[in-house]
Amino acid sequence: MTSQEIFQALKDTLVEQFELDPASITLASRLNEDLDLDSIDAVDMIIKVQELTGSKVTPEDFKQVRTVGDVVGVVERLSTAGSAAQG
Amino acid sequence: MAHRVVVTGFGGLTALGHDWPTIAANLRAGRTGVRHMDAWDDIASMNTRLGAPVAPYELPAHYTRKRTRSMGPVAIMSTRATELALINAGLLDDPILTDGRTGIAHGACAGSADAVFAFGQLGATRDLHGITSNTYVRMMSHTGAVNISLFFGITGRIIPTSSACTSASQAIGYAAESIAAGKQTVMIAGGAEELSFGTTAVFDRLFATSTRNAEPDLTPRPFDRDRDGLVAGEGAVTLILEDLDHARARGATIHAEVAGFGTNSDGAHITQPSADNMAAVMRLALADAGLDASAIGYVSAHGTATELGDVAEAQATHEVFGPRMPISSMKGGFGHSLGACGALEAWLAIQMMREGRFAPTLNLDHVDPACAELDYIVGSERALDVEYVMSNNFAFGGINTSLIFRRWHA
Repeated sequence: MTSQEIFQALKDTLVEQFELDPASITLASRLNEDLDLDSIDAVDMIIKVQELTGSKVTPEDFKQVRTVGDVVGVVERLSTAGSAAQG
Repeated sequence: MAHRVVVTGFGGLTALGHDWPTIAANLRAGRTGVRHMDAWDDIASMNTRLGAPVAPYELPAHYTRKRTRSMGPVAIMSTRATELALINAGLLDDPILTDGRTGIAHGACAGSADAVFAFGQLGATRDLHGITSNTYVRMMSHTGAVNISLFFGITGRIIPTSSACTSASQAIGYAAESIAAGKQTVMIAGGAEELSFGTTAVFDRLFATSTRNAEPDLTPRPFDRDRDGLVAGEGAVTLILEDLDHARARGATIHAEVAGFGTNSDGAHITQPSADNMAAVMRLALADAGLDASAIGYVSAHGTATELGDVAEAQATHEVFGPRMPISSMKGGFGHSLGACGALEAWLAIQMMREGRFAPTLNLDHVDPACAELDYIVGSERALDVEYVMSNNFAFGGINTSLIFRRWHA
């Protein structure tokens, strides 16, 4: 997946799971301050991300994400690592 | 006039031993109960592989099939811990257990894992296969309380306090209030937890578990800058609480007085702690005991080694007591025994007060600068001569408890 595709998939997930307005979601959106997602919501978002990528998000990854762009970055890295491992 | 309440018995099955001399020796040697759980190697998507299982124990012959058929491991441990506590109190064969004057306050996060899994399968298979007459009794959260009642013939009130990590501290508090109000003369008070990848998964999903899987000797690390989460533990601890007049009349050995209890709730967030309400609950306990903060000589911290919890607790403790307060968490070596920890930590705090030697927080090498200034006991035990200790616990859902025990001078 390209980072644009990952962003779109994540955006769809956020809209569906957390009833967010698609227009409010950009790469710069802060999960907590802008989108009103707290730590519990963040866990459920990460579980979705794991399903999207088929890879395991580490506690360190989880604790470091602050924005939608950060999440896209984690997914991108996990997808790459996953392909490399399969390849 | 409220009745005074004293502690006349302790009993427990823990990761570091089943009697105080063994536990004390293990604490002094800096031993840990934390292990790599090889049996969890196949659990997919779980980050941690660490647990602190109860040390091996044997059941006496009178734990027969019929008397234990309604018990899973958590109820077995609860019952055996209670039996040890009743023996310690000299009440095991006392008629007061069965005449309605003795009650039970007891809790755990849940009943036994295998029973929960059996019911869980029902949802997928739509088939009652695997569910027996006793599966529910083993699964239900008050399985410990009712199995204790059946085993010893207790006929007084039962207060189930299954509130996750405050199960046992609430049990002690509500038990003390039952005696203080004159509703019961003796209360069996405690909690238990069965180690399972099921309960561990609860915290793993929240990224709250330690993942130092190759270093079980170095984790969890309460209040340490390098802490990375909690390790789930196992055990059962019961305290026997008794009306002071009754204890005196029968010449019982009194270990401590329950001087104060406070409990409140955050009403705000399911997992994020509130330092303000933690401080408030400590003040509630002080008010209940009629004490100034300066009277407390040691605080047994909840200290689970999670990022947010430790910081909030340190801040709250600092706010109430200032930087001078000696404090340690027992979870470095026992792990987080969840439903049992409130009674375990009360037991240890009272014994340490009686002996004047307080154990350090295991694995606390460098206090996290984000944790407020306190007199963290590190490295080796501390000699302290104190009249009152406070033991604090905090649970999922924003439940806070604070207990104060007074040293007993015979």
